[in-house]
Amino acid sequence: MGLTITEKILASHAGKAAVEPGEFIIARPDMVMGNDLSTAGAIGVLKQMGATKVFDPEKVVIVFDHLVPAKDIQAADLLKGVRQWVREQGIALFYDEGRHGIAHIILPEQGLALPGDLIIGGDSHSCTYGAVGAFSTGVGHTDLAGVLALGEIWLKVPASIKFTYHGTLGPWIMGKDLILATIGKIGIDGALYQAMEFRGPALATLGMSERLTMCNMAIEAGGKSGIIVPDGMTLAYVKERARRPWTVYQSDPDARYVAEYDFEITGMRPQVAKPFSPDNVVSVDEVAGTPLDQVFIGSCTNAKLEDLRIAARILRGKKAHAGTRLIVIPASTWIWNQALKEGLLEIFAEAGAAVSTPTCGACFGGHMGILGAGEVCLSTSNRNFVGRMGHPTAQSYLANPAVAAASAIKGCIAAPEEVGA
Amino acid sequence: MIRGRAWKFGDDVNTDVIMPGKYLAMRNPELIAPYIMEGIDPDFGKKARPGDIIVAGKNFGCGSSRETAPGGLKAFGIGAVIAPTFARIFLRNAVNIGLPVLECPAAAGIREGDLVAVDVASGRITDETTGAIYHAAPFPPFLQELIAAGGLVNYARKRLGLA
Repeated sequence: MGLTITEKILASHAGKAAVEPGEFIIARPDMVMGNDLSTAGAIGVLKQMGATKVFDPEKVVIVFDHLVPAKDIQAADLLKGVRQWVREQGIALFYDEGRHGIAHIILPEQGLALPGDLIIGGDSHSCTYGAVGAFSTGVGHTDLAGVLALGEIWLKVPASIKFTYHGTLGPWIMGKDLILATIGKIGIDGALYQAMEFRGPALATLGMSERLTMCNMAIEAGGKSGIIVPDGMTLAYVKERARRPWTVYQSDPDARYVAEYDFEITGMRPQVAKPFSPDNVVSVDEVAGTPLDQVFIGSCTNAKLEDLRIAARILRGKKAHAGTRLIVIPASTWIWNQALKEGLLEIFAEAGAAVSTPTCGACFGGHMGILGAGEVCLSTSNRNFVGRMGHPTAQSYLANPAVAAASAIKGCIAAPEEVGA
Repeated sequence: MIRGRAWKFGDDVNTDVIMPGKYLAMRNPELIAPYIMEGIDPDFGKKARPGDIIVAGKNFGCGSSRETAPGGLKAFGIGAVIAPTFARIFLRNAVNIGLPVLECPAAAGIREGDLVAVDVASGRITDETTGAIYHAAPFPPFLQELIAAGGLVNYARKRLGLA
């Protein structure tokens, strides 16, 4: 019986020839990621465990993203404590202010997430790295401490679900639309405990940015991981970034899947998740005209260079609506610098946007764009639960960056065609 | 034996409502404990008492991996959370820190305010108000060992040869 890419990666990291869904394994990761919040939590737990050294400083990457630049005194003290710990541990892969960005974008961008890797991240969106053909999943800070101390983690081998995308992408249709349609179809727990394997002729045409967005939101369907078998696109992306060898795994033709879904995307309209759940998905046309107080282009889901280029293409020479705040937060320092060189930041600034240094910021209601009572936002991020971005009565709609840019211009939810795009 | 009043919640209770993002920089669970479930019921922290039990719908704890969600519930003194299913990161976090979680679809029959007794070891849930008895699905042996070891801190201490 054949194996899925997920089963092959897990078996190889558990020292086994094969594994089966439901089996418990002890696996050794290639890379462990902690952000400012989860690392701060893990440091305390490591002390309780009596662990004085991380298992291997070269396999640990620490990224400041949630609270950076320090949003208040509490955050400043938290960041200070993590910096000191990183120095003591001799961790060189440290993305502090000035090199910082959202971890889920930094790892693939800097070649720290590679095909065939097993990656454990102290953040729920760590499933993003599946886009390069790695098995990656998110954990809390106690699990993060455990893997930092031991260099191993227990995992239950997930069953895999196969998602196949057919057809041709229409204008302004992005990875975000495919994954929103997927979550809308299977629901917020539709892939609970399971690996989501994305494939198909339409997917093959998608660039890495779109694939990262799709794997990023696997968690929004309850998935343990999202994964895409590497192809030429993946290898071209990885080759110019990797600093260590990698392994390409394929799913066998007779691999077992617990469920299979097929999506025909020819003719698909941009998708929007309405409040208050990422599976509350409709076509943009059903919510067009909804007035907006704020548009947020940011987060690990949709603030990559390609996302910013698309938003800038629509915003070029136009202004955000007078009654709508536009906030643009590039996902990493490298992206910010590229966006500067390409003139994208200027386009945003001239459109009346507030452009910030990279941070998770508004996405989790931390800082840099929190919503007040009753305010309505359209966001390119990944979650729109009650209170996610601020006041419990505020509402967030989730969409792709093209819809976000068009909506900022119109001051209400709008399809890109409505602004002549 | 854990004994407390039942508080009922619906499906897909996410960690953004269990512990909103504005409290993420607060590292002390005792400080965030009063704010548990604030996103659903701002008065929950005033109405509930230590020992009380949450009986919720499917996929409890979905969303963010923030450990302040189970950590806050535990610090408040919530005796146990009963649900048909839990989101996987929440389940791991709860087991790791020793917040009792029980998977039991039939326990949906428990009504708000009922007095409920939970025997975590056997998975037996007794609604003392109605007399109904439910049995939670046993965790796989590996997880039972982790729970018996007292959570991940003790497990790691053993693996490190420190305990």
